[in-house]
Amino acid sequence: MLTVMHLAQLNIGHMRAPKESPELKEFVEALAPINALADAAPGFVWRLKGGEEPDATVKHEYGDHLLINFSVWESREPLWNYMYRTEHLAVLQRRREWFVRSAEATSVMWWIPEGVIPTLEEGMARLALLRAEGPGPRAFTFKEFYESSEAASLPAAAEPRK
Amino acid sequence: MDDLQAVATLQDPVRRALYDFVAAQGREVGRNEAAEAAGVQRTLAAFHLDKLVEAELLEAGFKRLGGRSGPGGGRPAKVYRRARAERVVSVPPRDYNTLALVLAAVVEAVGGEERAEAAAREVGARTAGGGSLEDALRERGYEPYRDEAGVLRLRNCPFHVLSEEHPLLVCSMNLALCEGLLAGLGEQGTVARTDPIPGECCVAFSE
Repeated sequence: MLTVMHLAQLNIGHMRAPKESPELKEFVEALAPINALADAAPGFVWRLKGGEEPDATVKHEYGDHLLINFSVWESREPLWNYMYRTEHLAVLQRRREWFVRSAEATSVMWWIPEGVIPTLEEGMARLALLRAEGPGPRAFTFKEFYESSEAASLPAAAEPRK
Repeated sequence: MDDLQAVATLQDPVRRALYDFVAAQGREVGRNEAAEAAGVQRTLAAFHLDKLVEAELLEAGFKRLGGRSGPGGGRPAKVYRRARAERVVSVPPRDYNTLALVLAAVVEAVGGEERAEAAAREVGARTAGGGSLEDALRERGYEPYRDEAGVLRLRNCPFHVLSEEHPLLVCSMNLALCEGLLAGLGEQGTVARTDPIPGECCVAFSE
């Protein structure tokens, strides 16, 4: 039987100030409605939550002021529509007010078998892979997207085939 | 059928009226409704609607229009909606799209988003003209309409291909362009904001 593949996405952002600061206030206020929008979006599968509160952010050990979004979707289109064709777009458009611009990639996607819950460690490894080698079937972006047939859930640490 | 042949099927005034009507509804339209809007007989409308499907300007499907489903709901009726694919004809050949994609990539690479938005705002204001907001939007291909709540929305994104490739940059520039348009027209009580609907333009105007 053919395994159904889902799309995992990790994105990170360095906040300009602590989450509790006045500079981040409007962003933090947008978290609960935007998270609710994701949870109700067509094609949404899972997201890593920082707690039960609707505006909780992911807790991690990758440094202060680093905000992490980590979610799983049925395919490219529902994720794209959520990111760019809902109220989420308006929040994205204001990103420079709250987040430091990064010269490196801050967002990565990869395919996983349906039912698998990816770990944050794997997500960060996929982002590192994207930064080191550029987009490929195991770590890619919307602009350089790879279909699940090309990716087949290769482990992030696997050697690239030459 | 190539783009020129497809576009040429719109030369017939009945077809043009049918196409314009279906496109403006933003939903599936039945033969009766389209015939009535174009002021022609149903069979003539059906003939021309199917010609438009052949030219891939419209897409056809079947749907029960009575609102009833299951046995007794009646036979599904043929319905039409605008095709998503673009047809471009330029004589002599021009290609602004490729260059626009390159420039968008450059703006992102150098982090020039804010400058691009400022430039878009300026162009919007400078080219606004002196008419109404709805006319200005219509002339630019946005296909404005009022939703049930009275919000002015835009059925068509004139920058569709670019916005699929560079959504953040292009949608932000488009918002700035619309804000510039408002400023240029002196529309002080109206605000342009990002309020996307899949398949439409991401900007809406509210008073």
